[in-house]
Amino acid sequence: MFKDKGLLVTGGTGSIGSSICKHFNNNGCKEIYSTTTDLNKVKSDQDYIKFKELNFNNIENLNLDELFDFEVDYLVLNAGLNKDNIFLRMSSDDWNSVINVNLNSSFHLLKHFTKKMVKKRFGRVVFISSVVAYTGNPGQVNYTASKAAISGIVKSLALELSTRNITVNSVAPGFIQSNMTDKLNDDQKNTILERIPMKKLGDSSDIAKAVGFLCSENANYITGQTLHVNGGLALI
Amino acid sequence: MSDIEERVKKIVVEHLGVEEAKIQSDSKFIDDLGADSLDTVELVMAFEEEFGCEIPDDAAEKIVTLKDAVTYLSTNSN
Repeated sequence: MFKDKGLLVTGGTGSIGSSICKHFNNNGCKEIYSTTTDLNKVKSDQDYIKFKELNFNNIENLNLDELFDFEVDYLVLNAGLNKDNIFLRMSSDDWNSVINVNLNSSFHLLKHFTKKMVKKRFGRVVFISSVVAYTGNPGQVNYTASKAAISGIVKSLALELSTRNITVNSVAPGFIQSNMTDKLNDDQKNTILERIPMKKLGDSSDIAKAVGFLCSENANYITGQTLHVNGGLALI
Repeated sequence: MSDIEERVKKIVVEHLGVEEAKIQSDSKFIDDLGADSLDTVELVMAFEEEFGCEIPDDAAEKIVTLKDAVTYLSTNSN
C-alpha cells in the first residue's frame, strides 16, 4: 500500500509511534524515519527505522536542513509529552516544555517538509491529537491546550495546501494502552473504563490503522478532519 | 536581455505555463500571470535552485514581478 513512499513519524519509540512505524512497514513502506530523545529507547525489532536523536524542546536551535536531508510523503506528528498538574500548581517550565514539544515543534517540522511536498505535489500530514483536546481534562491545561491547537492548524493548513494534493488531518486517540496511560494507577484506570462504552482501552495498533487509512488512497478526498478513535468515549 | 532575466523568464514560463510573449518585466506573478500564493513560493524555490542561493522569507515576499526577481538575483546569486 505504501510502496515507494517515505514516512517520518516523530516519537517512534513510544507505544503509538512504534505501532505506526510497524503498520507502515507491514504494508510495504520501506523508507521509514523517526525521531527519539534517546537512541537507547530504540527496541531491537526497530532496526528497519532510521532514527534521529533530538529533543523537540530545543527545535529552534536545530538545523533541520541537515538533520532531515530527505523527503517524505507521509509526515506523522506524533511526538508528545505531558507534564500534568492542577493549573494553580503548574509551573511555566511545565507549560513551556509541553507547548514546545507538542505544538511548536510541529510548526518547524511542517515548514521544513511541506515545502518539499508542495514541490512534489503530494503529501499526507497526520497529527496525533487527543480526545482530551475536545473534552478537557483536569490537570492537563498545558497538554489539552497543545492538542486543541492542532485542530486549528489542521483546518487552516489543509485549506492552504489543498490545491497541491496535500492532505492534513489528525487522529484523536481516546485512552490507549500506552506508555502514557501506563502511568495511571488502577483506580484511575477503572474510572476511565467505566466511561468508555466499549469497556476497554484502545490498542496502539487501532491508532496506527487510522493513521494508515488517512495516508492511503482510500482517504484521498479527506482533508482538514479529525478522526476520533476512542471506543465511543466521546462522540464529537 | 540579460542572462539572468532569460533564466528567470524560463522558470516563470515553465512554472506558470504562460506564454513568454505575455511576460513583461513589470508583470506581477499573482495579478498579471495567474499565479496563486503557493506558486510564488515555488517560483522562489526554483530561483534558489537555478541560481544556487538562498532567498530568505523577508526578501522572497518582496519578489512580486520578474524585475524584482532579476534585481534580487543580480546582486545576491552566486
